[in-house]
Amino acid sequence: MNRTLTKVEATVVTLLAVLVLVVMPLLNSAGVVSNFTINLWGKYLCYAVLALSVDLLWGYTGLLSLGQALFFSLGGYMFGMYLMLLSGPLGAYAKSGQNPAGLPDFMVFLGHTFLPWFWRPFYSPGFSALMVVALPGLVALLFGFLAFRARIKGVYFSILTQALTYGAALMFFRNDLVMGGNNGFTDFHRIMGFDIRSAATQRGLFIATGVLLLGVYLLGRWLTATKFGLVQRAVRDSETRVLFSGYAAANYKLFVFTLCAIIAGLGGALYVPQVGIINPSEMTAEKSLEAVVWVAVGGRGTLLGPIVGAIGINALKSWATRAMPDLWPLILGGLFIVIVLLLPKGLVGIPGQIRALWVSRRKRDEDPGQESIEPADADQPATPA
Amino acid sequence: MRTFPHPAKLPFPLLLSVWAVLCATTWLAPAAHASDTPRAVIAKAVVTEESEEQVRLVRSLAGDTDPQIRDLLTAWKEGGISILEAPDGLPGLTEGQKIAVTLAQDKDADDKQGVLRLDSSEPIKDAEGKPLRLPAADIEAAETDAALRQAMKGVLDAFALAASAPATRLKVVAEYGLSQDLARLEALQARQAVETHPRVQRALREAISQIHLKHDDAEKRTAAARDLGQMGSISSRDALKTLLEETPDTPENSALRAEATKALVAIGTHMRWANAYGTAFRGLSTGSILLVVAIGLAITFGLMGVINMAHGELIAVGAYTAYLVQHVFGDGLTLSPFGKTLSLPGLHTTGWIRDCYFIAAIPLSFLAAALVGIALERGIIRFLYRRPLESLLATWGVSLVLQQLFRLVFGANNVQVDSPSWLSGNWTVFDVLFGWNRIFVICFAVLIIAGAWAVLNKTSLGLLIRAVMQNRSMAACMGVRTERVNMLTFALGSGLAGLAGAFLSQIGNVGPGLGQDYIVDAFMTVVVGGVGNLLGTVLSALGIGLIDQSLQQILLSPVLGKILVLGGIILFLQWRPAGLFVTKSRSLEG
Repeated sequence: MNRTLTKVEATVVTLLAVLVLVVMPLLNSAGVVSNFTINLWGKYLCYAVLALSVDLLWGYTGLLSLGQALFFSLGGYMFGMYLMLLSGPLGAYAKSGQNPAGLPDFMVFLGHTFLPWFWRPFYSPGFSALMVVALPGLVALLFGFLAFRARIKGVYFSILTQALTYGAALMFFRNDLVMGGNNGFTDFHRIMGFDIRSAATQRGLFIATGVLLLGVYLLGRWLTATKFGLVQRAVRDSETRVLFSGYAAANYKLFVFTLCAIIAGLGGALYVPQVGIINPSEMTAEKSLEAVVWVAVGGRGTLLGPIVGAIGINALKSWATRAMPDLWPLILGGLFIVIVLLLPKGLVGIPGQIRALWVSRRKRDEDPGQESIEPADADQPATPA
Repeated sequence: MRTFPHPAKLPFPLLLSVWAVLCATTWLAPAAHASDTPRAVIAKAVVTEESEEQVRLVRSLAGDTDPQIRDLLTAWKEGGISILEAPDGLPGLTEGQKIAVTLAQDKDADDKQGVLRLDSSEPIKDAEGKPLRLPAADIEAAETDAALRQAMKGVLDAFALAASAPATRLKVVAEYGLSQDLARLEALQARQAVETHPRVQRALREAISQIHLKHDDAEKRTAAARDLGQMGSISSRDALKTLLEETPDTPENSALRAEATKALVAIGTHMRWANAYGTAFRGLSTGSILLVVAIGLAITFGLMGVINMAHGELIAVGAYTAYLVQHVFGDGLTLSPFGKTLSLPGLHTTGWIRDCYFIAAIPLSFLAAALVGIALERGIIRFLYRRPLESLLATWGVSLVLQQLFRLVFGANNVQVDSPSWLSGNWTVFDVLFGWNRIFVICFAVLIIAGAWAVLNKTSLGLLIRAVMQNRSMAACMGVRTERVNMLTFALGSGLAGLAGAFLSQIGNVGPGLGQDYIVDAFMTVVVGGVGNLLGTVLSALGIGLIDQSLQQILLSPVLGKILVLGGIILFLQWRPAGLFVTKSRSLEG
């Protein structure tokens, strides 16, 4: 892996960044690109951030976490609390005079008369932003510490993160938590003094998401090129050898896991004001697995692949759920199977696959006596990755 | 308006003689015994003028088990029996003779109804042999006074207490006890003298004591409180509390109060025990459900190391197979997937054969899920044995596809699978409720475990499976066709999932998302039990079930209990990372 950006990559990234950060917002304010499109693409970019976090974990470290949707939603919830507090005095209950304390609507609906203590600091946008980073980070740190200390790896790690997500979703579904129950947070009005529904605010959020995505991309680019990144990939390929070489693999994994939780949380925080709703149904292992598919389709172990996958699959989903809603789950499920069986390196890996096929064909033509050795998968003992 | 004048008061002996003549002349009723049947006795009582004699006649019915008594007495109480003063010219009746009648429900245009004799249920005919029809307003309803109603209630109580099914008797006795109605004491005591069923006997003792708590005699009240305490009667708690509140704390009441307090303490202890046993039983059945759901996974995931996220959908395949079998046994089924119509013919069975559809559904569910499993293994999983994380993804894709197929074929809503009626009953032993469905759950789990154990340990297939799982290359060297063993092992695991589906269809809803409800729990069970070990799975399932139910009992919130269980599992894996039972291996990765 190159330490510096190659020329081609740098050109592509710069072009894309300019397109997303400058051209699209300009076209939007000029009225060429609709507000709807900006909003939709803002959502895709958030998903791309989530996909990058999955890729850093799965593609580079070999940790298939089914908890990324949880961290994404936790970030969203933390920022949503701030938005809810701003929106309370402007909500339906406040208009009809039933909400003198200016509580979020769902609290009035549930019969609360004062703000629970843990909601109070969220009046401050700074504290909310801190919690967007801190809560997913702390949950990941604690869970990762327990899991990696017990040397839980491979599919066991996946199953445990699935259980973590499931448990958290059950918790957020409860009204007792005072986090909106199964309706979650919605009906936002203002953000940092702006009207959240205005085109300019949405454009600002879109640019912010673009900046975040670029930042995460560059961070990932830098991290994977360092020695840390090397150990990261070594853990993925053979954790035992890394251990025997004297590296504390658990610490490396814990760091990546926590970092990726924070990245996912940031993505979630920007997702909520653009989509306008967050509820516990976002907090499922299925959503994490969907993100895994974006990565798999785009190409794991690369950094552009997840972004391409996230945007491509979601654009496809937006179209398919409208054009043929009954078939979308079949398409998605089929994609899982096809990608895993036929395109293990994803779309980005297709040129490489074709090249490899070409090379092996030529070799066989040159040396017809030697048969190609097929990997006898099924007759090998099953070993966890 | 009245056509018939109010019946004049006739002396009773005269009426009796009229009655005798009537009985003798009615060809329908055997003259000698006519007055003995409850119907006749009631018919006689209705037309009897003297209240005391009426009461005596009604009381004489006590202890008779003819179901007509209840209907007739209730009808009488509610004004459904009338008295007809016979007009002139009716065959077999003298003019002015009073007879008990009921009105037929066949009102015609003139508002006239047929009249039935109460004693024979035969329509009364006029001189020409045609049924007599009269307007309802012309007939006077038989009235009842307080003493008579009291007597009727006694008879009805005794009648209910004499019900042939012990379960009905138990219900009646418990209800009478709770009513604390002193008027019912006599009926209960009369029943106690003849009751032979031990549980009804106990219930009678309890009910009589409960009624005695209201007795005027303080001695009786004290004795009743002591008795209830000794019996640990949970249903008497409120009555005892009320008694304590209503009894002033004076020296003469001290014995009673002491007994009542003691009884309440004893009942409290008994309740805690009953709760503990009940929780243990429910935990056992919850654990059994987990076990049945997880046993297939213990084979595919535990033994083979294949992570099959579509396991839940294999369960759903089994459940839908049970649904189809049910309809084939019944009237058939029409499905409309993808806009096409697919009709399944029905066998139109009835009665017990239809109730037995589940017996046929069991092997078919196993087969259906096993076939889907084979297709899955041959089509996808065999390429991914060395890439478990990717088999997770691919099987997740399969699960999405299968779920959507269920939705397209069977509809997005839950389908109805009837469970046999015998699953809805229960036994109560010492106030612990043993639902038959829970007992069925436990028995089914035991059978499945025994079956899976037998296959793995007592058949040649099991030997091959164990050999291949322990050392694949060595087994291959010995000539075992490992590919085939893989396929059959996966089919076995999938088939067990299908069995779990057939089983879940009997105790819950069947819908496209059925598998998703159980998949997390199933994986947890296998992980906690330790992979590659059936015993571990059994113990972890039962353990998780017991802890889950106990937490529910303590926290009174199923969701919170579940969250705690999940957290507990994560902590448990700190202590035993490889689960309860570790398969010892020299492999680094093992």
